Amino acid sequence: MNRRDSIKYIATGTLASGLLFSGCDWAEKKEAVVKSLWKYKYGRTPSEIEHDNLLLSQKFFSQEEMEMITQLGHFILPRNEAGNIEEAEVPEFIEFMAKDFPEFQKPLREGLTAINERAQLQFNLSFVKTDDKQKKLLIDPIAYPDAVAEALLEQSEFFTLMRNLVLTGYFTSEVGLKDLGYQGNQPNVWDGVPEDILREHQMEYDPKWTSNFLDVDKRNDVAQWDGDGNLIT
Amino acid sequence: MYILKEKKEYDVVIVGSGAGGGMATKVLSEAGLKVAVVEAGPHFDPANPEQMTQMKQPYHSPRRGANTSRAFGDFDMAYGGWDIEGEPYTRAEGTDFDWFRSRMLGGRTNHWGRISLRFGPLDFKSKSRDGIGEDWPIGYEDVKPYYDKVDKLIGVFGSKENIYNEPDGFFLPVPKPRLHELYYKKGAEKAGVKVMPSRMSILTKRINQERGVCFYCNQCSRSCQVYADFSAGSCLIFPAQKSGGQIALYTDSMVREVTVDGNGKATGVNYIDKKSGLDYSIKAKVVVMAASSCSTARILLNSKSASHPNGLGNSSGLIGKYLHDSTGGGRMGFVPNLMNRKTYNEDGVGGMHLYSPWWLDNKKLDFARGYHIEVWGGLGAPSYGFGFNPNDLNSFFGKPVGGYGESLRQDVKKYYGSLIGMDGRGESIARKENYCEIDPNRKDQWGIPVLRFNYKWSDEELKQAKHMQNTFEEIITNMGGIPLGEKPGRDKNYGLQTPGRIIHEVGTTRMGDDPKKSVVNPFEKLHDLDNVFVVDAGPFVSQADKNPTWTILALSWRTSDYIVDQFKQQNF
Repeated sequence: MNRRDSIKYIATGTLASGLLFSGCDWAEKKEAVVKSLWKYKYGRTPSEIEHDNLLLSQKFFSQEEMEMITQLGHFILPRNEAGNIEEAEVPEFIEFMAKDFPEFQKPLREGLTAINERAQLQFNLSFVKTDDKQKKLLIDPIAYPDAVAEALLEQSEFFTLMRNLVLTGYFTSEVGLKDLGYQGNQPNVWDGVPEDILREHQMEYDPKWTSNFLDVDKRNDVAQWDGDGNLIT
Repeated sequence: MYILKEKKEYDVVIVGSGAGGGMATKVLSEAGLKVAVVEAGPHFDPANPEQMTQMKQPYHSPRRGANTSRAFGDFDMAYGGWDIEGEPYTRAEGTDFDWFRSRMLGGRTNHWGRISLRFGPLDFKSKSRDGIGEDWPIGYEDVKPYYDKVDKLIGVFGSKENIYNEPDGFFLPVPKPRLHELYYKKGAEKAGVKVMPSRMSILTKRINQERGVCFYCNQCSRSCQVYADFSAGSCLIFPAQKSGGQIALYTDSMVREVTVDGNGKATGVNYIDKKSGLDYSIKAKVVVMAASSCSTARILLNSKSASHPNGLGNSSGLIGKYLHDSTGGGRMGFVPNLMNRKTYNEDGVGGMHLYSPWWLDNKKLDFARGYHIEVWGGLGAPSYGFGFNPNDLNSFFGKPVGGYGESLRQDVKKYYGSLIGMDGRGESIARKENYCEIDPNRKDQWGIPVLRFNYKWSDEELKQAKHMQNTFEEIITNMGGIPLGEKPGRDKNYGLQTPGRIIHEVGTTRMGDDPKKSVVNPFEKLHDLDNVFVVDAGPFVSQADKNPTWTILALSWRTSDYIVDQFKQQNF
């Protein structure tokens, strides 16, 4: 979709329901929606675009909650040379998922509230004002599901959910994919497992099968067969 | 009531544009017939950049590919799913069936697994073999020439294996197995399970100048922009249009019923233009139903008239009966030898490079029919869900589960590519007691009465599923792996999936010689009418442990040749 088309969608009302729903200033929202349309261009049907943009134009978490999510994200997965969870747009992803999958709303909001209350109780500080040492004291008791006090079970479930969302958000991002070493999603020619890796695993290709394997140099020659179905090109 | 507007008259109107409808469109239009194709969803072309999801990155989706919007995730190319807003279906109490529909040109062929297996000689004659179910009125020798033609027209990779019930074809070269597949091969062969290269309709080699060659992105489920995998639009309908076929495509057009004249002869179809909500009719000399087996049954049952009071072609009362889906069960394992992997591009084709065909003799077993095994694993692309419970596997090493910080990152990398999974896909028995029918109390948003499903698995399927689980466990163990999760027992139906979940539902307009015991004849023509045919999987008498698409294509071609021949003899 080019920019003109994006605006056309807005003008023709495809996105109007989202804008009306949010009840926000038209011009400001138009800008935001056009930006998001550019960013998330991934082959949507008109009704899917409408749904995405409805969600993108709404806000679920408050600014403080977003700051908490960001700090928790950094705590769960600290920066390394590949980048960090903000470059991976993890907080935005969590905000989106809370709207896209409303079942997340209650546990996430209640979990944030509870950990904030514990921060107040223990340190007389809101969570976002705590330092790393204090965060560790707050999080350690809820970070290991097999060793959690009964009173903190819900907190632990919240932290597990946060951990899952942070990791999945990170490893599906540009920086995270690089960090993981994922090398696919690009045109290539598969010609089997690299030799050194086969050796490392003491594997080899069955010599009986060799004649069936693709000869990568001949893959552009149009296939022809003899009467018995033997490939002759 | 509605204003029915007349549109042009055609030689043939084809309802549905998936495998069966696509093939009929190609063969009939290339024979010079004037064809109308009526599709309930929008136009779709995998090369259209507006619709394309292939080669997108997970972060191009704000939900990172999660399945809250599309049933198999954001990038899957099926517009529809198990539940479609405004188009419900119901289930009879105490029974279960999930119905997947894809509303788009090409239907479910845009996202399917491309596993392209011929039925073997035994598969057409199951009753003769074990006394259960029914034989097809035709045999492998009737369909073989069409399988051969489908292989050459569409392209399928595979290896010649000379196994009687897994007939060889005209194959393209196979891709080499991935690392976890080599582990699978070792483990399976140790358990006496046959392993061979998979057979999939993906072009590892060029077959013509119109379609491209696979570039190994692993994303066939997104439908290929260079047409290197089989989808009905890109490989059948578009080429037929380009070669000058007279094809009128009616998209977003939902067929309500087949119309008949005073003599009970079919005259065309009535459909709803989804965009305007108006009803139209299309006149044609021949009607070809290819809406998918349950949708076809629904349309025929809803086509009631004075001459066909129980629905069109339903004098036998069997439309909707004998509905059956493949059985499905699976298990996942953890292979410690596959930890700490050096990464490389292991995408390969969209799906497995190896599989196991059914390898045993049922005479020595306590259930009637077999299953094949599909295998998954490897260094696949992360999508939503990747990194969830990142170090549960620590429990096998006495290390803590959960936590935070740098160690989590290392855990994710350590276990990346160390999981392997197996899925069994087997043959269920076609039973009259498993059926879909019209629900008298429910209509969809267009006012069309909806389907009600009645479906229960029997002991045959349960025993087969139990056998699957034992096999999976043995193979995983043989691979040096650890089966994960609980092994599903009787209380969980041995892991047998809900009927419909494998999306191989067939059998609702069964083929046969006897009009009292079947709905269509061996050329897929309704016994009751001379000008209505069914070319989806409805006519399947039995399903085999093979995916149905290749047989749908072969039979649709065979039926289309028959229709062309009848036109030549001026029988319509």
